[in-house]
Amino acid sequence: MRRVFVNEEWCLACHLCEYNCAFANSGMDDMVLALKGKPIFPRIHVEGDERISYAVSCRHCTDPICVKSCIAGALSKDGDVIRVDRNVCVGCLTCVLVCPYGALAPGPDGVMQKCELCLENSCGEPACVKGCPNRAIVYEERGERA
Amino acid sequence: MEREGTVRIPSGCAIAAVISRTGRRMSGESIVRSMVPMHERSNGLGGGFAGYGIYPEYRDLYALHMFFEDRTTRKNCEAYLKEHFEIAQSEYIKTRKIPSITDEPIIWRYFVAPLPSSLAKLQLDERELVARTVMAINGKMHGAYVFSSGKNMGTFKAVGYPEDVGVFYRLEEYEGYSWTAHGRYPTNTPGWWGGAHPFTLLDFSVVHNGEISSYDANRRFIEMFGYKCTLQTDTEVITYIMDYLLRVQGLSLEEAARVVAAPFWSTIAQEPDERRRDELTYLRTMFPSLLVTGPFSIVLGFSGGLMALNDRLKLRSMVVGEKDDLVLIASEEAAIRTMEPDAGNIWAPAGGEPVIVRVNEGVEV
Amino acid sequence: MGVDFIYPEFEVIRNESRCIACRVCERQCSNEVHAWSERRGVMMSDESRCVNCQRCVSLCPTRALKIVRSDCRLRENANWTDATIKEVYKQAGSGGVLLSSMGNPNPLPVYWDRILINASQVTNPPIDPLREPMETRVSLGKRPQRIERDDEGGIICDLQPQIELSMPVMFSAMSYGSISYNAHASLARAATELGIMYNTGEGGLHEDFYAYGPHTIVQVASGRFGVHEDFLNAGAAIEIKMGQGAKPGIGGHLPGAKIVGDISRTRMIPEGSDAISPAPHHDIYSIEDLRQLVFSLKEATSYRKPVIVKVAAVHNIAAIASGIARSGADIIAIDGFRGGTGAAPTRIRDNVGIPIELALASVDQRLRDEGIRNDVSIVCGGSIRSASDVVKAIALGADACYVATAALLALGCHLCRTCHTGKCNWGIATQRPDLVKRLNPEIGSERLVNLMNAWRHEIKELIGGMGINSIEALKGNRLMLRGVGLTEKELSILGINHAGE
Repeated sequence: MRRVFVNEEWCLACHLCEYNCAFANSGMDDMVLALKGKPIFPRIHVEGDERISYAVSCRHCTDPICVKSCIAGALSKDGDVIRVDRNVCVGCLTCVLVCPYGALAPGPDGVMQKCELCLENSCGEPACVKGCPNRAIVYEERGERA
Repeated sequence: MEREGTVRIPSGCAIAAVISRTGRRMSGESIVRSMVPMHERSNGLGGGFAGYGIYPEYRDLYALHMFFEDRTTRKNCEAYLKEHFEIAQSEYIKTRKIPSITDEPIIWRYFVAPLPSSLAKLQLDERELVARTVMAINGKMHGAYVFSSGKNMGTFKAVGYPEDVGVFYRLEEYEGYSWTAHGRYPTNTPGWWGGAHPFTLLDFSVVHNGEISSYDANRRFIEMFGYKCTLQTDTEVITYIMDYLLRVQGLSLEEAARVVAAPFWSTIAQEPDERRRDELTYLRTMFPSLLVTGPFSIVLGFSGGLMALNDRLKLRSMVVGEKDDLVLIASEEAAIRTMEPDAGNIWAPAGGEPVIVRVNEGVEV
Repeated sequence: MGVDFIYPEFEVIRNESRCIACRVCERQCSNEVHAWSERRGVMMSDESRCVNCQRCVSLCPTRALKIVRSDCRLRENANWTDATIKEVYKQAGSGGVLLSSMGNPNPLPVYWDRILINASQVTNPPIDPLREPMETRVSLGKRPQRIERDDEGGIICDLQPQIELSMPVMFSAMSYGSISYNAHASLARAATELGIMYNTGEGGLHEDFYAYGPHTIVQVASGRFGVHEDFLNAGAAIEIKMGQGAKPGIGGHLPGAKIVGDISRTRMIPEGSDAISPAPHHDIYSIEDLRQLVFSLKEATSYRKPVIVKVAAVHNIAAIASGIARSGADIIAIDGFRGGTGAAPTRIRDNVGIPIELALASVDQRLRDEGIRNDVSIVCGGSIRSASDVVKAIALGADACYVATAALLALGCHLCRTCHTGKCNWGIATQRPDLVKRLNPEIGSERLVNLMNAWRHEIKELIGGMGINSIEALKGNRLMLRGVGLTEKELSILGINHAGE
């Protein structure tokens, strides 16, 4: 399947991916209205320091430990995409603890949210990839991974 | 109105040619007649013919056909010629007064031999001396113009329709084993007779149909080697290119055709024979500025043969036919049929593929 | 602030109603123009640092930013312009030579824009590149004088070394050091994919790029930085840089701050030392000395590489070129006064040298007059901006063109002309690792390939329109050009007629 990959060599830590993610999942069609004056809760996070940085989002593992460990059954595999049912999540944060990539974080309401590859929102393709100025985040086929 | 040479005049044209492979001499009447059905391809502003084998009695002398504007120029030119040549014969070229050809200059013919002392002094071979003399007269001597300079051949040209030009020059009285003909359709008036075709240097003559787009690239290159393009016509520059490639560089006709109408690089890459591929690559790399682009069909006349060649995209019409010992070439099949109604094996050569016809081995011309 | 205070040249206009304070501008500005003010709760800007490179404008996700020229001007004066006065202030304050980057920006005549191209109508047909083969391949190098034949009458096909190009354009010299590793990687990859050449400039060749050797021209300049036997043999050709259009008469200058790590190793000089190339080659004080260097380099490479001699277009260029043509060089590269640079003294950049159009025309004609045009190929550079400039240059007589500024633009350069500060926000003219990584060579090479492919299409259309189906038939074909609004003298130097003639 196609997944989002990060080439840290080219990540500039500009954080645009975070804003593009937040906007794509805001349900709004105006970035200023969606984001101005508000804290943002993107599903991708830039980590690192001045020397090295990279954006982290869900890897959509073939054998996802988060799904196994979810006490409420809110996380599930939908084909190749791992989704969260926000109506079922109890906000226990177990998934945050088990995810080896640190890819999950709760939303403003304490309920988990995660990258679902923008397949469900109006963007239709990962907004972080589309908006990355240096092709540091790519959406491509690279074979299976754990 | 500027005279041709100071301006470049594009032209459309008709061409025709015939050669006897057995060296049989034919009167010029047939080639003149061949131009009649192609009347529409000319506009009365230029026509001409070249005949090979027409001066057997002077076969070892260079026949210089010249236009002079006045008698004084002729006298001066004659004095100039005598510096390096012995003039064996000097005469008017006989013409016939006809209403359709007017304003003729003085049309003169010399048969000359280069002086051995001059050749030794200048360290030149005789063809190079003749070529340089032609360049000098045409480039520098105002009012004098050499329009034919080969051995045992001659060019006849004028402002007018080609069929009238043939009558004017009494071509039925000449006999040659090979003839070429040209009718011109210049876009504006050339102003004088030098611009008519065929264009010649030594025994090379060229008739050409088309307007080449590479003209100035070709001209500026060839002028590095002592040629001077005084007429600014395609035919002139093609003639000089042929002289340079064949005489100066010693290429074969086929090789020269590969320079002028070079095969595309993609075609060369597909050539299976490595040796041949190397040669084609070499020729294109060595003479890139002699590639001629744009539409052309030419017939190159030389002692003992003809070569017909189309541009590599075949943007001008040209057909070839055969009848007994004859090979006939023309812009239109009608011209061939006029000369030989029963001509057979008529085909249109592919772009860039030279058709080379020589008199049979052993035939002396 | 005092007597030499100069009001900033640019103003940063931020549309507050659009700014979402994502702080991309702040993170991306190496000049530190933008900053988040916690107290005010808005983005602030210090326009005195702004160079108008447009990085922030390009990355702002809500299009909240624009940079405009400040309208705080000194009193109008046609003689003492704003720029002139400010330069005086600057020098009165610093006591130094003014430095500038990229090509001469002054409104001197651009002859390319005064030359128009022909097209076929009626008397011969235009050729359609979509339907007919159209050739753009050229080879550069010496042409033999004579056809030689072997005993069997076959043509002996041993040409002197040539460079083969799929189209008559090459990326001109920009050293590793003056531009970044990633810029070099982009150029090298693109040149290889395109079947053309890029040029190392006077900075040596990074070991990673030896793989691109067949598409590399290695440069030997007066500082000899990075020159060794393997380097000379690594490329497809060797270029001796005698001069550069942006700064004729002086050598390159790479400040010690840029001589770090791999750059120091590649140049073979100590880290932190200024790389100052001498103005002349100290082994070339005359033309016969040049001949010796040409042949030394040929010896060092077993006569397998063509040697290019690059000179700035200066007043006596035709005679100089004629000398070079007789020096054994295979190719002459002429660089016009608009050529770019990473750093040059402003006065030199803006006042020394002549336009490439005139230089090219006079060199081509002189070499033809002397019958030696076949002994060398001519490459011209110094602000070739588009496919039509290329076509005009070839028609004037060039065999190929060098482009650099256009290539940098493809890589993201916004021509802010502050390369000399080393803080290029586009990752091109910088060695700061955090900036260098902004140029992903995958994107860079793709964009270079796109640009050249676009030009190739345009070249084909232009020459097809003239009825030409091979670039060879365009070379020196000056009848295809006409001047507009040029004097008799200019036309005669260019060797073209005026429009309407």
